[in-house]
Amino acid sequence: MEEDIDTRKINNSFLRDHSYATEADIISTVEFNHTGELLATGDKGGRVVIFQREQESKNQVHRRGEYNVYSTFQSHEPEFDYLKSLEIEEKINKIRWLPQQNAAYFLLSTNDKTVKLWKVSERDKRPEGYNLKDEEGRLRDPATITSLRVPVLRPMDLMVEAAPRRVFANAHTYHINSISVNSDYETYMSADDLRINLWNFEITNQSFSILSWGPRTGWLERRVLSSFQPHQCRNLYLLSYPKHLLAWHHQQAQPRVFEEPEDPSNRSFFSEIISSISDVKFSHSGRYIMTRDYLTVKVWDLNMENRPIETYQVHDYLRSKLCSLYENDCIFDKFECVWNGSDSVIMTGSYNNFFRMFDRNTKRDVTLEASRENSKPRAILKPRKVCVGGKRRKDEISVDSLDFSKKILHTAWHPSENIIAVAATNNLYIFQDKVN
Amino acid sequence: MLSKGLKRKREEEEEKEALAVDAWWLDSGHPAVAQAPQPVASSSLFDLSVLKLHHSLRQSEPDLRHLVLVVNTLRRIQASMAPAAALPSVPTPPTAPGAVDNLLTSSDAALSASMASLLEDLSHIEGLSQAPQPLVDEGPPGRPTGGAPPSLGALDLLGPATGCLLDDGLEGLFEDIDTSMYDSELWAPASEGHKSSPEGGPGKEEAPELDEAELDYLMDVLVGTQALERPPGPGR
Repeated sequence: MEEDIDTRKINNSFLRDHSYATEADIISTVEFNHTGELLATGDKGGRVVIFQREQESKNQVHRRGEYNVYSTFQSHEPEFDYLKSLEIEEKINKIRWLPQQNAAYFLLSTNDKTVKLWKVSERDKRPEGYNLKDEEGRLRDPATITSLRVPVLRPMDLMVEAAPRRVFANAHTYHINSISVNSDYETYMSADDLRINLWNFEITNQSFSILSWGPRTGWLERRVLSSFQPHQCRNLYLLSYPKHLLAWHHQQAQPRVFEEPEDPSNRSFFSEIISSISDVKFSHSGRYIMTRDYLTVKVWDLNMENRPIETYQVHDYLRSKLCSLYENDCIFDKFECVWNGSDSVIMTGSYNNFFRMFDRNTKRDVTLEASRENSKPRAILKPRKVCVGGKRRKDEISVDSLDFSKKILHTAWHPSENIIAVAATNNLYIFQDKVN
Repeated sequence: MLSKGLKRKREEEEEKEALAVDAWWLDSGHPAVAQAPQPVASSSLFDLSVLKLHHSLRQSEPDLRHLVLVVNTLRRIQASMAPAAALPSVPTPPTAPGAVDNLLTSSDAALSASMASLLEDLSHIEGLSQAPQPLVDEGPPGRPTGGAPPSLGALDLLGPATGCLLDDGLEGLFEDIDTSMYDSELWAPASEGHKSSPEGGPGKEEAPELDEAELDYLMDVLVGTQALERPPGPGR
């Protein structure tokens, strides 16, 4: 697959302390809106940066619309819980866009504890000619007013404002890992490790716990919810746990369990950890489910629970390194996975700033790298290859040379076009399909 | 830091375990457990897992997924080390064979010792009383010794809104419920009193299950203390 690169770095390095800048700039979530016109990123410092796709101009037909920064705002601040004596991180865990209903854009952003509804709107006119205050906004002495005038709206430079409209707090004991807007656009759900809450957008001091469970013996085995995705038209909810995946329809008595039998030849102490699902996504069609575990991506048919219909190896060469990866905690990394608009290609990240794409129809796959050192802007991405043993070819990289601190956990795919956003630590890469 | 009154089967192995825990105490400010087990002598998988468990529990707000996976891995390792366990041959990780062999015959004591130290450690962190059974002391109407947390006011508003859409349907999912470990239960669904878990048995009388039960109890203590913020509602 040939790609055109359009690279953006979302933060300028105006912060002196390099290590601080790097830490706060780490991108923690990436999300396109429903049309793909906007792309939002959240970072560890609690900021949200929204990119907007430029309108394609007649003058530069050979260049597709590029994404430029549209708005930046501080969504969450670090908080201190005085009772527990712990700091609540401001890191943005998830962003979800609401469908656009008027000129303004709305999105939900959440950290570990608090969900916020933000309104992002444009202002390109300014009222002038007030009677009671002067141009600087100072109040005028009413005695000096001799005539009345009607204020008029004058054009001004476009300003994009973000304002918090709702704050939904104090409903989660554990860390919020998923949020999802319901198709009525009046309610949404938030999920942490042990609880799913249902909210009404208009009500911030109350939520309904639609699913929760408490400490019981045996809960260690399977109760921690690692991700949650509802499928709106079917009222079907996917809950992924360390060991298996549940599809729950609220009208059915029992949820359906999707679980593949363990391969006895691959069994090790780490079998459970590597089979733990880190992300789950419905296909756009609603017919398939994709799950990501540590080494593979699996596609399931909604109607077949005993095994996936497709399994793709993301980085099987890590199987012999599991002990070291357990030691340095990399084995617990939660990689996400995404579908393209037509559900024909799936994408997920790996280490060393590599990310992988799998074409479900042709069964071809490719490894690409998101790094500025190894690719120039507008150059076509070169496929990468990891050498597992024996002789290493010129362009290959050996498993032992992989940089495990450079992990691509968060990626996003434009809802209808071949445009992808890849978060590599504190850099955001946007790749577009090359048009001849 | 080892609790008194705990049986000590093998003096030398307990010392070894104490050393590992000591190292952790010294390294308490260390952010990443990964850097700790460098020396060959302490780099067995079991020690590593116990260290990770310590580290995870030490966090003010542990990552539950991490905790669950580490505990389950620890169980697997322990099960493979127990001579009575009837597991098929499991590929052993590349650890120092000497350390593993020594631990094979003393896993119970090592685990008990670490659990005991963890419990003691927890009681310091969570501000609980010295009673090793905090949950028994604080039933649903009770509150931690510090008094009602200020944030409880906001959470109380959530109390009446406990409409659970799938109250009956999900009970089948939790067939292995066993609550005989403690009395207070903040979530009390109608199906309390299910048959005991096929996996970790509750019985303190059953010696082989003792460590698993202690692990479970430990998790429950952790989650129980954290869950005290929730309002004592009727069911979910």
